[in-house]
Amino acid sequence: MRMRTIEISVGAFVLAGMLAAVFLVVQVSGINVSQSEQTYKLSARFDDVAGLRIRSKVSMAGVTIGRVTDIAVDTEFGEAIVTLEIDGAPGGLTADTGAKILTEGMLGARYIGLIPGADEEMLADGDEIIETQGAIVLENLIGQFLSNMGK
Amino acid sequence: MERMLRQVGADTLSWLQGLGRATVMWIRAAYRVPKPSDWMLVIRQVYSIGVLSMAIIVLSAFAIGSVIALQFYTQLARFGAEDAVGVGLALVLLRELGPVVTALLFAGRAGSAITAEIGLMKTTEQLSIMEMMGVDPLRRIVAPRLWGGIISMPLLTLMFNTVAIYGGVVVAVHWLGADSGGFWSGMQNAVELWDDLGKGMIKSVVFAVVVTWIAVYQGYDCEPTAEGMGLATTRTVVMSSVLILAFDFFLTLLMYGDFR
Repeated sequence: MRMRTIEISVGAFVLAGMLAAVFLVVQVSGINVSQSEQTYKLSARFDDVAGLRIRSKVSMAGVTIGRVTDIAVDTEFGEAIVTLEIDGAPGGLTADTGAKILTEGMLGARYIGLIPGADEEMLADGDEIIETQGAIVLENLIGQFLSNMGK
Repeated sequence: MERMLRQVGADTLSWLQGLGRATVMWIRAAYRVPKPSDWMLVIRQVYSIGVLSMAIIVLSAFAIGSVIALQFYTQLARFGAEDAVGVGLALVLLRELGPVVTALLFAGRAGSAITAEIGLMKTTEQLSIMEMMGVDPLRRIVAPRLWGGIISMPLLTLMFNTVAIYGGVVVAVHWLGADSGGFWSGMQNAVELWDDLGKGMIKSVVFAVVVTWIAVYQGYDCEPTAEGMGLATTRTVVMSSVLILAFDFFLTLLMYGDFR
């Protein structure tokens, strides 16, 4: 085999590998361009976050607008403190925005749904969402249902 | 009793000696690549190790991708979750099957060839002649093959993943009629650049080092007879396959295991 042919085919081989890498990065993993954009942080307290995880979605009207970046616990009040990272510049959400922990489908992943309010003021970076509703835990529901049935 | 103890001791010692020789060889060989005059040798090895393995990699990738898509589709269609085919396919391939199957095929196709080639050189005393001529066989023979393998395998894994996903698309979307939008968007939502693709490629690099190291060492250290060469070639394939699977388990445990 002449060296020229070898070099050409090795070049094509490396190029094919690079193209495969580009395909995997762009088409398969669909890199999030929005990650480099500006984001701001909000916090929210929930009485129960059962099943919410770091990197869970934050959405409004079904559109993903951010993600959960931190979950801590306040042992004094028995509440979970969740830090949300919202895409874009602050000023898009009203100060009385509500946050709910919801489930995708019956058994899907937990995510946070934001419900817009009507306040004139807007949430700034680092603000807290006051109106929250924690996760609905299936065991508690079943427990209540059973104890009501007994009456 | 005494004989048994002695046997165990002798086996352990010879195993340790082998490991030591392999390590010394690897360090001495891996040290000497960056000279530009050696790059031609590496390119030649990338050709015979990588380019010539492409056919089997592409063929099996297409088969494996389409079979996984078929299995996922028939099971998921019962729950009306055909869109999840893309997610399952991509995660299975990028995290596990891509690196592992590529490495296994690579061990069978290229690893055995490396061992046989170096083994024959040793059996026909080409290696000793080289040494006598003042040419270091580690630099001339071993190092280019090591680097050729380490360069080739990650590229082959990338091609494997791409072709396998394409095979899955052909079966799930074009043939069985899964929705193409749901297929791709589900995949893009679930697949993380670093967590799935990046960690899979780390696996692939580790397997590349393991396979080429074993192949080169077995050839370099084989008994210079026809029988010894055959044994060494077999050992390359068996040892690489077992070690790939073992390493895969521990790498998965380290990278994805939910303990910290």
